[in-house]
Amino acid sequence: MRNAILEVKNGNLLDTLDALWRQLLEKEIVEALLIPQELPSRLNVVQTLVSNPESLQVPNPLAPVLPVNSARIVSQMTKVTPSNKKVGVVLRSCELRALIELVKLKQASLENLVLIGIDCFGTYSIDQYRKLAQETSSPTEDFLKAVNEGKEDPLLREACQSCEYPTPLNADLTIGLVGIDFEKGILLQASTPEGERILEMLELKDSDEKTVAKREEAIAKLTAQRAKKVEEILERTQQEASGWENLLTLFAPCINCHNCKTVCPLCYCKECFFDSPTFEMEAEKYLGWAEKRGTIRMPTDTLLFHLTRMNHMAVSCVGCGMCQEACPSDIPVSNIFRLVGSRVQKIFDYIPGRSLEEELPLATFKEDELVEVG
Amino acid sequence: MAEEKSEPIEEVTSVEEKPKPTKKVSAAEEPFEPIIVGFLCNWCTYTAADLAGTTRMQYPPNIRPIRTMCSGSVDPVYVIRALLSGADGVLVGGCHPGDCHYVSGNYKARRKMTILKTILNTLALDDDRVWLKWISAAEGRKFADTATAFTEELKKQGPNPVKKYWST
Repeated sequence: MRNAILEVKNGNLLDTLDALWRQLLEKEIVEALLIPQELPSRLNVVQTLVSNPESLQVPNPLAPVLPVNSARIVSQMTKVTPSNKKVGVVLRSCELRALIELVKLKQASLENLVLIGIDCFGTYSIDQYRKLAQETSSPTEDFLKAVNEGKEDPLLREACQSCEYPTPLNADLTIGLVGIDFEKGILLQASTPEGERILEMLELKDSDEKTVAKREEAIAKLTAQRAKKVEEILERTQQEASGWENLLTLFAPCINCHNCKTVCPLCYCKECFFDSPTFEMEAEKYLGWAEKRGTIRMPTDTLLFHLTRMNHMAVSCVGCGMCQEACPSDIPVSNIFRLVGSRVQKIFDYIPGRSLEEELPLATFKEDELVEVG
Repeated sequence: MAEEKSEPIEEVTSVEEKPKPTKKVSAAEEPFEPIIVGFLCNWCTYTAADLAGTTRMQYPPNIRPIRTMCSGSVDPVYVIRALLSGADGVLVGGCHPGDCHYVSGNYKARRKMTILKTILNTLALDDDRVWLKWISAAEGRKFADTATAFTEELKKQGPNPVKKYWST
């Protein structure tokens, strides 16, 4: 573990970071970077893969928007074969935690990857970000300024407002902003030999212990605040989702688009059961059910889909909230997953994304456990 | 269960399409008979059910057995599907811990069912309508007793409330 300070020149954090990303490529610390960049329209910030420092356009991993949980992207890149080049992947905490889960699910490989985690103060919905980008020249600067002034932003996504992991877990190198006066300097924390190698190559000076201690304190304070918010959301969701009647009301607007499944970084099946021929049935079947029950909702199996998804991946749910973002009907899918996730994760004392060594609860067992169930 | 072995297909179809009460008979006159879907492991509980049948043990006919190769192969989706389709209870039967034909399938079943029951419980959806029981191939008596106990329990609880809703 080594902590270094990256000085912020002229109080411009974004320019300083811009230079950092370029250095990583120029000094060949990494051969390619997976990094969010602003699109030419400036209305959205998306993940990009860059191998040449000259073609790095407008990197901005601090932009408060998260169109895709990048764990999916890393999985797409490394699922078939691991990367043969050293790639620095710049990820937020929820993305990194999801990636760790995907590695355990054998859907991604960390080989040759340098995990660069960034502190995250939260993100807006894509729509909200676009609106802000149309109104102001830099939503990122405005956002960071508000953060510095200690303002809470009610426009942030609910999943972000209740995120208990503002700082990344398991990163080789962390870009530390929480509890840091980031108009003067940012903290680069190396937690692995790989991270330390980067700090060495960047020739940065060590930070003093006071800065680190101040950061720890700020993280603890922020996490406690968020935990309160989580409690609030879980309590509300518990009431909204209790019993068949309420659950059916909650999922009434569902149009069976399965977007929540498509964007979920942890829905790990290569082929979803619900997209399989199992659900291609003869007219006779539907008519039979209709006859039996009088009326059946069409398309069928709305609740079956959601309840099954909960069973399959609530234990690994990192709470990134992508499902809720992708829902065209604004169903609080993520909140429900947080609720059931918190209960099932507690049983196995499992925190998704916490460690690569901890086995997935459904991939292991103990002989003398859960005897009250069976 | 003895009958089932001789003509398995007809047995299953006949219980699936149990004659519905005609409209003339009101619900009050017809006592509530719960429907239990049983996912029974081929190597133990299914054989126990067979044994209960061949030794002519008496137990309520409410279980609709489905033979699976292992309790560990019972995905929660099967159980949820059964419940949403109106089953009043679901019994998952496997080999005793340590005795799994596939070494550890039943331990994994226990974790899956724990997650399922926890989710049902969290959403206040009657997790006690799902039972996981270890019944070995020799325990015909335990199978008959389990069938009796589960049927009695479900009679007390009444019909699965999801049956009231068509909008699932």
